[in-house]
Amino acid sequence: MQAAATKETELLQRIVAGEKELFHELIRPYERMVYLTVLAIVKNEADAEDGAQEAVISAYRHLGTFRAEAKFSTWLTTIAINEGRKRLRKAKSAAESSIDEHLEEQDGDYTPAPLTDWREIPLEALERKELREALRRAVRNLPDIYRQVFTLRDLEEFNIEETAEALGLNPGVVKVRLHRARILLQKQLVPFLKTARPARKGFFRRAL
Amino acid sequence: MRLACKHVWGHISEYIDGSVDAKLREEIERHLEHCEICSAILDSTRNILILTADNRTFELPVGFSERLHERLEKEIESSEPDLEKQ
Repeated sequence: MQAAATKETELLQRIVAGEKELFHELIRPYERMVYLTVLAIVKNEADAEDGAQEAVISAYRHLGTFRAEAKFSTWLTTIAINEGRKRLRKAKSAAESSIDEHLEEQDGDYTPAPLTDWREIPLEALERKELREALRRAVRNLPDIYRQVFTLRDLEEFNIEETAEALGLNPGVVKVRLHRARILLQKQLVPFLKTARPARKGFFRRAL
Repeated sequence: MRLACKHVWGHISEYIDGSVDAKLREEIERHLEHCEICSAILDSTRNILILTADNRTFELPVGFSERLHERLEKEIESSEPDLEKQ
């Protein structure tokens, strides 16, 4: 981890000093992150790819404004989020987005679904393709404000503070949205999990 | 004091993240020992998170990287980046 950070700092210095080709190498570890971040906002895959390319080009053009004391991944994520939001504004009608913004004030049902005759998803069930597909669909169908927080935190594995910073939210709001996102997904995926065979006993409280 | 299931559900996300305080954590764990419903909810939620973080679940489109670097190469060739500190 430390070695990777040192290498990144060195790359940044060399690029700024004129070795522009090295930007390819700098960006490589973050391709997936940039794509998923834009996808979390625009939802459409073709649009997300185009947006991710734009975000990377924009990062290249503005590399001179990057402060060495900041974290490159956070800076890049902010650019990706802005690119996604720009596209969303173009694509979405004002009426639709205002509904979404008011969502948080409403009382929703954020209680998980019980699984009565079931202990744990066996590992082989996690390998099933249809479960992955169901999860992708469920994430895509989350309300925007929940999907964005969930993507950064649980897919890209940012911590709460990094997620809050990238989205311009306070950490308390991130925690609430994350909780709701996780519960909504649990509820939606229970029907898929129920078809799984029960796992053997004694295996069920394993740590993450 | 025995926690109600509903109370446990309200803290599932923070419990998974390890951000509940020690006292509440202990109460939740005591509850989980005798409550199969909450244990199953917790396990299923955790497993969803494991599946989410698995790179095979959310993959990049085929050829994404090649197209990105091709476009980037054109950009690098055609323009000077803004390398002046602002």
